[in-house]
Amino acid sequence: MNAPLETVEIEVTVNGERVKRSVPARLNLADFLRYELELTGTHVGCEHGVCGACTVRVDGEIVRGCLMFAAQADGCKVDTIEGLSDSREIEELQSAFVLTNALQCGFCTPGVLMAAQALLRDESNPSRERIREYLSGNYCRCTGYQAIVDAIEAVAKARAGRSTR
Amino acid sequence: MKAPRFAYARPVSIAEALALLQKHGDDARVLAGGQSLVPMLNFRVASPGVLVDINRIAGLSGIKVTKNHVRIGALTRHVELERSADIAKHLPLVSSAMPHIAHPAIRNRGTFGGSCALGDPAAELPACALALGAIFVAAGKKGERRIAAEDFFKGLYATALEAGELLIAAEFPLPKPGYASAFGELARRHGDYAMVGVAAHGLRKGGKFSDMRVAFFGVGDRPQRATGFEKALEAQSSVDGSLARLDADLEPRADLHASAAMKLHLAKVLAGRVLGELAA
Repeated sequence: MNAPLETVEIEVTVNGERVKRSVPARLNLADFLRYELELTGTHVGCEHGVCGACTVRVDGEIVRGCLMFAAQADGCKVDTIEGLSDSREIEELQSAFVLTNALQCGFCTPGVLMAAQALLRDESNPSRERIREYLSGNYCRCTGYQAIVDAIEAVAKARAGRSTR
Repeated sequence: MKAPRFAYARPVSIAEALALLQKHGDDARVLAGGQSLVPMLNFRVASPGVLVDINRIAGLSGIKVTKNHVRIGALTRHVELERSADIAKHLPLVSSAMPHIAHPAIRNRGTFGGSCALGDPAAELPACALALGAIFVAAGKKGERRIAAEDFFKGLYATALEAGELLIAAEFPLPKPGYASAFGELARRHGDYAMVGVAAHGLRKGGKFSDMRVAFFGVGDRPQRATGFEKALEAQSSVDGSLARLDADLEPRADLHASAAMKLHLAKVLAGRVLGELAA
């Protein structure tokens, strides 16, 4: 690709499904998922990378969906909260969030779950402090973070208990 | 808000990127990790006509250790620096700075070169580059040129990079035996830009400091060394006794979070802690 274009052809694998679209260059990845693919679980909060509500996975790593253009995801593998939920990858986290009442309005929850799953994938037994630090880029304006940390800690402990048995 | 309209180009070689930058001049911006540039677009404080996405240029990223230096490619992501055993071993200052840079999802995208080329005065990596005496490598029409960190940061979001040039790497000299470093910053929330930060590097031997390089960030329009403070440390080897020199070295400007006097106070408190750690 050489000449700068205002409309870009992209091919992205979203939650395992290959999609081809023609998108405006200025369209961010979160809006692409929401408006083009109707995957509205990815939320758009601050649109400048602070709140974390738009967190998705690109090629296996969590990123801010609002700070990446859809054009940049061409050829990439994107996973959204719908994908992680359908594959049951975050089933335990979801149950723990319900059990500990770790959400009220739910706006931040998809992003929090994406981040929590990334943490638990890399670190088997994070401390509460580590969980708080890792989630510092995900804002919740309802519950406070106590119950969210409780839920993630419970899942980490349950998983660690199983792996040592 | 959403980014304004722009045209998008994705060169696959440095030569292609340079050709695009030269053709479009001031109307073009380089898109690396985008973790600062995209917010600037969304806020409409930047509205380039052309974005030159360098993310698919092979060879721009990676960490290489040679006999004399550690070379960090411009497109190396923060997360790679954070996890690199080579960085931990040879540039522990950079390792200790990494957790302070934003949040994991940002560090997965943000790049070393992007942070340095943007020249945000409150950013961590420019101060580390200054403290460690890094040399930046820029590619342009006439080939490559090397710019010392001291000459690279020119002011608020201003660097020595010229129009049509692309930052491709930085070379950090391998620290000599006996050298140590320490890093610290104060922010209101974890991952926020620093209110004040310090990156310190130097030789500590027999209770004495020498060859000190102490870079502050978040206190001026660019990362800056506190040369009076460095000299005082070398002369008297007392951290507490040297802190008063910061009155003359630093001229913090008030911002939304702190008055100038508060920033100067915090700079002294932090310098005391960080140099204390280095002395220990």
